[in-house]
Amino acid sequence: MKLLVPVKRVVDYNVKVRVKADGTGVETANVKMSMNPFDEIAVEEAVRLKEKGVATEIVAVSAGPAACQEQIRTALAMGADRGILIEHDGVLEPLAVAKLLKAVVEKEQPQLVILGKQAIDDDMNATGQMLAALLGWPQGTYISKIEPADGGLKITREVDGGLETLQLKLPAIVTTDLRLNEPRYASLPNIMKARKKPIETVKPGDLGVDVTPRLSVVKVEEPPKRQAGKKVGSVQELVEKLRNEAKVI
Amino acid sequence: MAVLVLVDHDGAAVTQPTRSTVAAAEKLGEVHALVLGPKAAAEAAAKLPGVAKVLQSEAEQYAHGLAEPIAALLVALAPNYSHLLAPASAAGKNVMPRAAALLDVQVISDIAGVVDADTFVRPIYAGNALATVKSADPKKVITVRAASFDPVPAEGGSAPIEAAPAADDPGLSQFLGAEIVKSERPELTAARIVVSGGRAMGSAENFHIIESVADKLGAAVGASRAAVDAGYAPNDHQVGQTGKIVAPDLYIAVGISGAIQHLAGMKDSKVIVAINKDEEAPIFQVADYGLVGDLFKLMPEFEAELGKK
Repeated sequence: MKLLVPVKRVVDYNVKVRVKADGTGVETANVKMSMNPFDEIAVEEAVRLKEKGVATEIVAVSAGPAACQEQIRTALAMGADRGILIEHDGVLEPLAVAKLLKAVVEKEQPQLVILGKQAIDDDMNATGQMLAALLGWPQGTYISKIEPADGGLKITREVDGGLETLQLKLPAIVTTDLRLNEPRYASLPNIMKARKKPIETVKPGDLGVDVTPRLSVVKVEEPPKRQAGKKVGSVQELVEKLRNEAKVI
Repeated sequence: MAVLVLVDHDGAAVTQPTRSTVAAAEKLGEVHALVLGPKAAAEAAAKLPGVAKVLQSEAEQYAHGLAEPIAALLVALAPNYSHLLAPASAAGKNVMPRAAALLDVQVISDIAGVVDADTFVRPIYAGNALATVKSADPKKVITVRAASFDPVPAEGGSAPIEAAPAADDPGLSQFLGAEIVKSERPELTAARIVVSGGRAMGSAENFHIIESVADKLGAAVGASRAAVDAGYAPNDHQVGQTGKIVAPDLYIAVGISGAIQHLAGMKDSKVIVAINKDEEAPIFQVADYGLVGDLFKLMPEFEAELGKK
């Protein structure tokens, strides 16, 4: 089975982002960028499916500026076979990304697309569901387990209060949750090998997709700051404060 | 035009995040509630003040929250509504983006404020920035951050209940089973008090220290991502950017250093207590009351002190 794994270039999760002084967005110049952590889990799962003999080929795809090649290379170093960069310099909302991915899916004909459940920049949690809708495919979101079963996929989802198990027909879309796996670090030989793997570049226009954003940003601001409170010296003092000062217990 | 809210329920009661979603929806127009499930749940929704009409379906295809048939139903109902809303719960986040894409609109996830019918405030970058966004789409599909809206009361209304029309079932997925943990404790996103443990708990067994203090306080139990990653606590206890967003009256963080992604899930709590042996831990920068020391010594003391009146 052929797999498609979309990967997003985002501000590294260790960076504390700063809101731009003019309120138009957050500062991304000279900030460390990485692959979205949930997408790393998606790549890892794809590679494991290939190691188990379930998957035959893994195509990593990223939409964004030319620098997204770095994230595609990371996926290739982890074990993906080739890459596709959909090069675009402006804002790409989940709906637009889903439309771009749909066009790639129609060309590549994968049986399964594995996405991260959420990007840690816009926190939208939407692209996988939107892609599934546009393709008319089943979706398995927030998965912690995936296995081939009865000609389709048996997946376990993380839901409020516990877990649920679904059977999906193929082709299908799944999105990864935290506990699906622990992504590997690419070894140096694999990083070297990844440099030789092919990356094809296309533009949204080549795919016939209009990526005009539907949301305009009115402003971006800092959330209200919390003041650090005080240290208390003992458990007795803490309970006394909670009872008589904060009045919350 | 009216506004439709997709209701989360447990078969009888409506969840608190749904009541918060109704509070957000009231700012946008007359609220209709869509209940997919038994009569008791529809009756509970009909009692919510602010709900003008309940649409109900007990069709089998909707019984397990599968995204494909529910999104198809929302699309069938959409012509009558200007806005479609759901709580930003696991169920809402699963279904609403699918419905949005079918309607060719960009979903607006996890809103924390309503400015006007087209304009909404939503946290980005783990809540380190708040974006005000204006949608150019003719219809809005929205999930609501429950912690940001005071819920409407559970009682007081008496809306009529009508049958929802049936939409086609695409039959793409099938529900096999669920393992839902039944707990006597309050639900994490609705609890007045939350006690959370972090990586410093050291093991799943040690989490009973958190649980027994939580039970003394009638609190819900939470966990940091690090504790979930380490296998000390189940994922649905996770508080943070990629877990649950909570804003209780009292949040007690035990052995949690205070990573950005954890703070994103709890920093809107009214009162925050941090118990940590590292006095430099970032959690103390947001805590109203900090206690530095060994949690394994302090927590039993805390529990004992709570027992004294």
